[in-house]
Amino acid sequence: MSAVAAPRPGPPLWLLLELTYRCPLHCAFCYNPTNLAETGAELATEDWLRVLREARELGAVQLGLSGGEPLARDDLEEIVAEAHGLGYYINLITSGVGMTEQRIAALKQAGLDHIQLSFQDSTREVNDFLSSTRTFELKSRVAAMIKRHDYPMVLNVVLHRLNIDHVEQILDMADRLGAEYLELANTQYYGWAWKNRESLLPSREQVRRAEEATARFRERVGNRMQVYFVVPDYFETRPKPCMNGLGSVFLTVTPDGTALPCHAAKMLPGLDFPNVREASIGDIWYASPGFDRFRGDSWMKEPCRSCPEKTRDFGGCRCQAYLLTGDATNADPVCELSPHHHLITEAVERAEQAVAAGEARAPAVERPILFFRDHRSRDHRSRDRRNQR
Amino acid sequence: MSTPSRTSVASGTNPPSKSSAPGEPRRIAATAKPAVGRGYRLQWEQAQQAHVLLYPEGMVKLNDSAGAIMSRCDGERTIGQIVEDLEKTYDASGLTGEVTAFVEMAVAQKWLEVRE
Repeated sequence: MSAVAAPRPGPPLWLLLELTYRCPLHCAFCYNPTNLAETGAELATEDWLRVLREARELGAVQLGLSGGEPLARDDLEEIVAEAHGLGYYINLITSGVGMTEQRIAALKQAGLDHIQLSFQDSTREVNDFLSSTRTFELKSRVAAMIKRHDYPMVLNVVLHRLNIDHVEQILDMADRLGAEYLELANTQYYGWAWKNRESLLPSREQVRRAEEATARFRERVGNRMQVYFVVPDYFETRPKPCMNGLGSVFLTVTPDGTALPCHAAKMLPGLDFPNVREASIGDIWYASPGFDRFRGDSWMKEPCRSCPEKTRDFGGCRCQAYLLTGDATNADPVCELSPHHHLITEAVERAEQAVAAGEARAPAVERPILFFRDHRSRDHRSRDRRNQR
Repeated sequence: MSTPSRTSVASGTNPPSKSSAPGEPRRIAATAKPAVGRGYRLQWEQAQQAHVLLYPEGMVKLNDSAGAIMSRCDGERTIGQIVEDLEKTYDASGLTGEVTAFVEMAVAQKWLEVRE
């Protein structure tokens, strides 16, 4: 089968602005880069406003404001107001740390449409351990604020070996907090999560029990809450259609202005991604080699190239292919047709053994979990410690 | 932060899979006044030449007839009035069934709310 040159892509409908890497949490499953020291200075307010205008002109309409913790930027309200005026639907993706009555009211006034609040677990102990902070009660307070200010509430809980057995309690917690949507997103293994994979990957049995608990809950609450259970792709036999194909719908801008076709794509070697300080969003989207690299299918190798499913899954995730096989043009090894699929099944097998061994003993972490710290984060940590006394 | 996971961009008006929206369609009277559901926003997108329905981390691109119906669901007009307007605008007749069926599907999806 011959390769087809990529047609001119549609607009970048989804714009994700990672406003800062600063974050008071230090989650073991975070996908943010682990080499924070190598990232440049954060963009200024005026740069973000220009990015918003240029992307909207191309057709961007869904806007995610993320990080790090976006509330760490004190110009967040200004950015939201500009985005609202331009006609974006604005999603704030937050840990809740830094949210106050005053700020949530100002964000509403500015036109923020929706807040997604992350919880690390339904129990204070696991939540606080996994984020290496004491934040559970704060998050519960922020959830109440979100309800009071009449935002639709999406709770997001990232699942992994240490909390997946609490899915039933997580579902009840979400219901108690009045969430309209709950995302049970199994960890995807990039960044910090990749480094901690051997401690975080659950067993098949854990995933099965969690899915069953979710099905029972859906039966019970009906229409009141929508629950999304994102199955961990390590347990699949076909890859996810990652980002709908790189460079087809998504555009991410990192805190220092680097534009990426996916928030993890910076890890891909040999690719030069443009910076919004030097190029317009139009040039970045339509005319940069970095965004064009994985469009169409001429970059594909076998078994993808001749596979009839390539138009559905685009060969899966380029970052996962690179992380596991060392070559970003290989098939995502999640696919059972990939010659590297054994790398996935072996990782799952190790997880099975670790969970079995762990269940025989008291539940404990078998390996040290790595948390990230930068200078600013350390400040937060020492403050957190003081607050505990 | 976790990896954004539910960032799909749906096309057309096919209802999403059952697992994400368990509501059952309900019969709706011609006197009902549908309005865009809470937490959803309907707007015309120049770049897509279509009405889109926006909601937390998602978007539905509406086809022409769905856009024509939904853009008239302002909470003031009854289904009867919406049908009348559509029949006049598009020089058509007998649209009641199609419009009612769409509104019932959209209510089940929470895209629309109905004030009786």
